[in-house]
Amino acid sequence: MGEKLSIIQLQRKANDLREDVIRMLETAGSGHCAGSLDLADIMATLYFYIMNIDPANPDWSERDVFFLSNGHTVPVLYAAMAEAGYFSKEELLTLRKLGSRLQGHPERSRLPGLENTSGPLGSGLSQAAGYAYALQYLDDSKHRFVYCMMGDGELDEGNIWESAMFAGKYKLSQLVAFIDRNNIQIDGNTEDVMPLGDLRAKWESFGWHVLEIDGHNIQSIIDAVNTGKAITNRPTVIISYTIPGKGVDFMEYDYHWHGVAPNSEQAKNAMQKLRTLDGKITSGDYNE
Amino acid sequence: MNNYPLNPDLFSPDVKQEPIRAGFGRGLKAAAEANDKIVALCADLTESTQVHLFREAFPSRFIEVGIAEQNLAAIASGLACAGKIPFASSYAAFNPGRNWEQIKTTIALNNQPVKIIGSHAGVTVGPDGATHQMLEDIALMRVLPNMVVVVPGDSIEAEKATRAIAENGQPSYLRLSREKSPIISTDQSPFEIGKAYILRYGADVSLMGTGIMTFQLLVAANILAEQGINAEVVHIPTIKPLDNQIILESARRTGRVVSVEEAQINGGLGGAVAELLSEQLPTPLLRIGLMDRFGESGTPAELLDFFGLTGPKIAEKVANFVHTKSQYHRDY
Repeated sequence: MGEKLSIIQLQRKANDLREDVIRMLETAGSGHCAGSLDLADIMATLYFYIMNIDPANPDWSERDVFFLSNGHTVPVLYAAMAEAGYFSKEELLTLRKLGSRLQGHPERSRLPGLENTSGPLGSGLSQAAGYAYALQYLDDSKHRFVYCMMGDGELDEGNIWESAMFAGKYKLSQLVAFIDRNNIQIDGNTEDVMPLGDLRAKWESFGWHVLEIDGHNIQSIIDAVNTGKAITNRPTVIISYTIPGKGVDFMEYDYHWHGVAPNSEQAKNAMQKLRTLDGKITSGDYNE
Repeated sequence: MNNYPLNPDLFSPDVKQEPIRAGFGRGLKAAAEANDKIVALCADLTESTQVHLFREAFPSRFIEVGIAEQNLAAIASGLACAGKIPFASSYAAFNPGRNWEQIKTTIALNNQPVKIIGSHAGVTVGPDGATHQMLEDIALMRVLPNMVVVVPGDSIEAEKATRAIAENGQPSYLRLSREKSPIISTDQSPFEIGKAYILRYGADVSLMGTGIMTFQLLVAANILAEQGINAEVVHIPTIKPLDNQIILESARRTGRVVSVEEAQINGGLGGAVAELLSEQLPTPLLRIGLMDRFGESGTPAELLDFFGLTGPKIAEKVANFVHTKSQYHRDY
């Protein structure tokens, strides 16, 4: 892979991903804003700093792999992949269109570089754990790592806890998972819909090493992943506290934006926020 | 004309019997000896699904997932992402009964070579009752794009089928039975995914069966012959892809079709045959199986009799069908 970006470059890259997401969802006319925006910092850090990948050779046998479990946030993954060079940025605007490789939820067989298929929630961690098991026990590939992103609402699914138990039992130390702890799901706040309670205690009791970070702090993301990679007797889960809709003030914290795309006026306002870093700079006014 | 060698002792009272799942256990071990990409997963039913033979031979390639069938399927998908050929085994009631969505999304949609093994299918699981008698699996699995569906007729065929699906590169479902059933084939009998086999030629009616029902059809054909009814017997071990050619040829020859399965009449083999015939050769059809009802506790033999799935009971229904339905004619 290319040179690793600096912290400030990663922050800018995350902002680029947010702009990509707004453009994609506006053009698609549907999709999920909140999680796609709040994961931009982690995605930028994974694809431009952490993961050992070769976008020109997506099946490279020595690559690290990323499994998206909360498949509805795939716009930000597509954005990261396009920015990294897996495909052209123009293709991002085909999201959700007939014939596109960029399906509304990710399909492994459609797009080189996508490792899994998800959308129905709860199964991505299983797929990641299966891959991590193969690396650790079947292939003796100790230098490769498996990353997985889960939503917090997704933790309502029983399948998640089946795979959490599995990864704990087999001490899948090459597995580093994230929980996007943005506290929202479609019907409201997670603690109202179905309380998740003490996530640290839950995951620790399943045999995981648990870290809690500010999911918008690039340095924290890097440090947490490095810690997770250094833990050799357990899988690691990074509970990443994020602001749903991060970067666009009228979307932030509002669960109604979980599964909605902006109309053109809203998209224009969102781009204004992102381009001007919320009014702090004036050179990037959005007039498209 | 008939090149399918049947077990010469087929109708002997001492015919060799063996559970179909035993053939799977041997086949999996043999397939794994030939291909080191094969791994096996089980959900706390390793011995009863016969995966213990694999576990003993290849302990490092065996993965216990516990009683977690959704995880079983999705872990298998992840292993396939890493280049493996996973065999994911449990009872059919749970696999695919519990985890159909994971099979659809993470395996079938990805067109991955994961093998779903559903053992203890049908009413012959017996005293465990309706909760454990999987009767909907054929229907559930055959509607999935990319999925191959195989229901072997005896343990010898199960061994061949296991080796075949190990190398077919596709998501595949293998349906197995718990109880001992007669060996109908021989080592020399052909098995190819997607092929049906005519075990006996006839002129009056085609009896089309799958799994352990094929033996019962051969018994029924003998009974019917005594009544002057000349029944053809077609063994259909692959439900998907269906052997349209053999089925249509047979239907054209006899003009009447009966489908028989140890499963719901809706959506399974009977559904597949009905779809084919009604589109391509509308032929009088009688579907025999579980008649849109659940099973219940009993011994396997009692249950087959109670649900009309023995040779004599099938013969009775077929005779009535033959006497009340005229044959399809080309000038329909």
